Amino acid sequence: MSLLAPDATAAMIDAQEIHGRSLWVDARHRLFENKAAVVGMFLLALIALMAIFAPLLSQYSFEYQNWNVVSCSPDWWPDTTVLCNAGGTHWFGTDSLGRDLFVRVLYGARVSLAVGLVATLVSLIIGVLYGAIAGYVGGMLDEVMMRVVDVLYSLPFIFFVIILLVIFHRNFFLLFVAIGAVEWLTMARIVRGQTLSLKHKEFIEAARAGGVGPAAIILRHVIPNLLGPVVVYVTLTIPNVILAESFLSFLGLGVQEPLTSWGVLIGDGANQMEIAPWMLIFPALFMAVTLFSFNFIGDGLRDALDPKDR
Amino acid sequence: MADPIFEVRNLDVRFTTHDGEIRAVKNVSFDVAAAECLGVVGESGSGKSQLFLATMGLLSSNGRATGSVKYRGKEILGLSQRKLNRFRGSHVTMIFQDPLTSLTPHMTLGEQIMEGLRVHSHVPREEAEKRAVEILEIVRIPEARQRMLQYPHEMSGGMRQRAMIAMATVCGPDLLIADEPTTALDVTVQAQILEIMRELKTELKTSIVMISHDMGVIAGIADRVQVMREGEIVESGAVEDIFYRPRHAYTKVLIDSMPRLDKAEDTAAARSAIAPDAVKLLDVVDLKVHFPVNAAAWITKPLRAVDGVSFTLRQGETLGIVGESGCGKSTLARAILQLLPRTDGTVVWLGRDLDAHRKDDMRKLRKELQIVFQDPLASLDPRRTVGQSIAEPLTALMPLLSRAEVSQRVARMMTRVGLDPVWINRYPHEFSGGQNQRVGVARAMIVEPKLVICDEAVSALDVSIQAQIVELIADLQAQTGMSLIFISHDLAIVRRLSHRVMVLYMGQVVELADREAIYADPRHPYTKALISAVPVPDPKIERARKRAKLTGDLPSPLDSRAPLTFLKSKIINDPNAEQYRPKLLQVAPGHLVAEYDEVI
Repeated sequence: MSLLAPDATAAMIDAQEIHGRSLWVDARHRLFENKAAVVGMFLLALIALMAIFAPLLSQYSFEYQNWNVVSCSPDWWPDTTVLCNAGGTHWFGTDSLGRDLFVRVLYGARVSLAVGLVATLVSLIIGVLYGAIAGYVGGMLDEVMMRVVDVLYSLPFIFFVIILLVIFHRNFFLLFVAIGAVEWLTMARIVRGQTLSLKHKEFIEAARAGGVGPAAIILRHVIPNLLGPVVVYVTLTIPNVILAESFLSFLGLGVQEPLTSWGVLIGDGANQMEIAPWMLIFPALFMAVTLFSFNFIGDGLRDALDPKDR
Repeated sequence: MADPIFEVRNLDVRFTTHDGEIRAVKNVSFDVAAAECLGVVGESGSGKSQLFLATMGLLSSNGRATGSVKYRGKEILGLSQRKLNRFRGSHVTMIFQDPLTSLTPHMTLGEQIMEGLRVHSHVPREEAEKRAVEILEIVRIPEARQRMLQYPHEMSGGMRQRAMIAMATVCGPDLLIADEPTTALDVTVQAQILEIMRELKTELKTSIVMISHDMGVIAGIADRVQVMREGEIVESGAVEDIFYRPRHAYTKVLIDSMPRLDKAEDTAAARSAIAPDAVKLLDVVDLKVHFPVNAAAWITKPLRAVDGVSFTLRQGETLGIVGESGCGKSTLARAILQLLPRTDGTVVWLGRDLDAHRKDDMRKLRKELQIVFQDPLASLDPRRTVGQSIAEPLTALMPLLSRAEVSQRVARMMTRVGLDPVWINRYPHEFSGGQNQRVGVARAMIVEPKLVICDEAVSALDVSIQAQIVELIADLQAQTGMSLIFISHDLAIVRRLSHRVMVLYMGQVVELADREAIYADPRHPYTKALISAVPVPDPKIERARKRAKLTGDLPSPLDSRAPLTFLKSKIINDPNAEQYRPKLLQVAPGHLVAEYDEVI
């Protein structure tokens, strides 16, 4: 009886339970226990929903100009020395072309979040595959692939983007490509490092001994096991990308009028800061909340996925 | 008992974890008298380490200890860190399992040893240096003065553990707590360390608490023994009582499941004789695996991990491969499996010379040749269910099988290795080590291979679980008639399973013989030293034994002189020269021994 005890007790506890708890389920539990991360997810979901349903939330279109209310503050603005009040339905006031700021902030959110997600997704796919292949195959191929990354790294990002935009003219799609093309480099490095340490794990060797081919090993064993650090990095990349887009738009290299993004709005707002501070404050506030949320989620994910905790 | 120096009363240790509260130590009370050695035995998870970490105030932050711990009548449990530090490291010291992680990498050995002295005893530098050299000589570190200037990474494992003992004893403690101090070391080094600890006890009158899972180690050193299981002391008493008159059923299990070298057993190998006309499965001829290692910026030296190994294996036969860490036994296994490229030599499988570049060959080979790894948890993908892991070789090698067929075979295999098929969707982290190793065995056996290589397959498991897994492997062998290569550093386990045993030293075979011959009549001095270094779980025999000792450490494998340690007369005194290769001589039918010097 004593001989079998440890195994037998473990067996008795969940004899009926057939489905196991995967590490992902465990991580999700821990993530939802983290208050900051939950608040972050909530705020992010709220902003995303507002951006998606922006046309339903306001009676104004994002390009509608009302020349009667140019640079007018919202009604509830505490400072009474402003030029004019925009009236009841302009909750965030209007901009210097008489457009409703509330709806423009939400449309800006659409662009910023889309750039953030798509560019990150692009960098994720390229970076993970590139890094996993370089790390797993190793040798000469690894050397060549990583030197390519080093060369791309050494190109100054802003020059690179400016040159691209000058050659191909300003276009929305190019923005994704330009940002994604730079962000995947770091991802590839992270993934390669993780792959190198995974490669010599016994379960990879066990798969090789079991006759599994290299492509299947990379897809089935390597990538799922390095998703932890990758997911964390992704949540920290999205804010980076949003910032990069804002920076480019601020310089006038981003999206084109009348479409807008948080970067454009903040750029415009900064010019009017002294006479119409709401034009800076609202987009800046939205962006700050979004970036904070992503960072909290990233922190929460890192804690939740940390294998040392197990 | 005269005045105990260390009294523990009603000690409880609890941990708060994600899965609720765990009570690791349950209401434990015991004493340690002056100049005695208390052995604490238990399997992993029995709470033996946590018990002593708790007494020293070293629990991790989610742990809590209640009860009373008195050192010379003074309560020390719950003291502030500052007060604890005053006697921790001077009156009571601890040694841990892994000697590399317990030493600070950026400080020289001398600084680390003197640190304790200067903090606790406030002795001047010259005095501290003198004491440090003295203590290093006591723990038999040669050239102590030069060694003081070295960093931990420049020393071997055994040397580091000796340095740890020196650090722990330099302040003249009353009590030394050693937590599995020899578990990470090779048997020959373990024998040296235990010798040193025995001397410390008699010469310096230090009390020792020896925590170990190995009954053999305890038998050799302890005066009193307490057996722990699931946080409780199930039995305690004088060493003779525990070993010769155990009362608790668990103590009996622990003693009985220890494989013993000194007694003939009903071994699995003895039960399954090989048919005389058995087919020759595997023929390895002069296999070499060298790794290039950077010696300087542009110069690479070959690390001869496996250097000219030849053997054959017949159907149904079990070959045991024994050697200490770094002898090349795992590399040999991987080279046979074509997981590593070989530098030279041939591997003939069923009369066909294997070539890793021929796809058909490899596919066939993978179906017939499988491996079970050492660490059961590390060898399973943590993100896949055990069912997926077991099915993997099947889906990779027999892609034509239907899904239903695969899951049926997996379920059947799970039953055969003693796992309930309803666990098919569970993950490795939900199983114990023994269960995970059963999964590993199932994965290797699912394609019905002709040869399974077990690379230290039971070394990471507790002794009672070890016995079960060995039994399982032996049963499966009896049912299927497969061959086994059983690799281990543990000579006693190898004896349970093997028909023939091969001893490796520095990538070369030093002795190859039938099981009976190698244990009853070892010829090579290295084999003799290995066999005599294995502790026997019997206090009288263990203490009376005379050991064939190896002095010093294993030489660096990069040094081409290393394999000639036992044939010094042929050495060319240049670490890079091509050296003489000892020939294997047949001393009896089937008993091969490498050349050696009669007098070393």
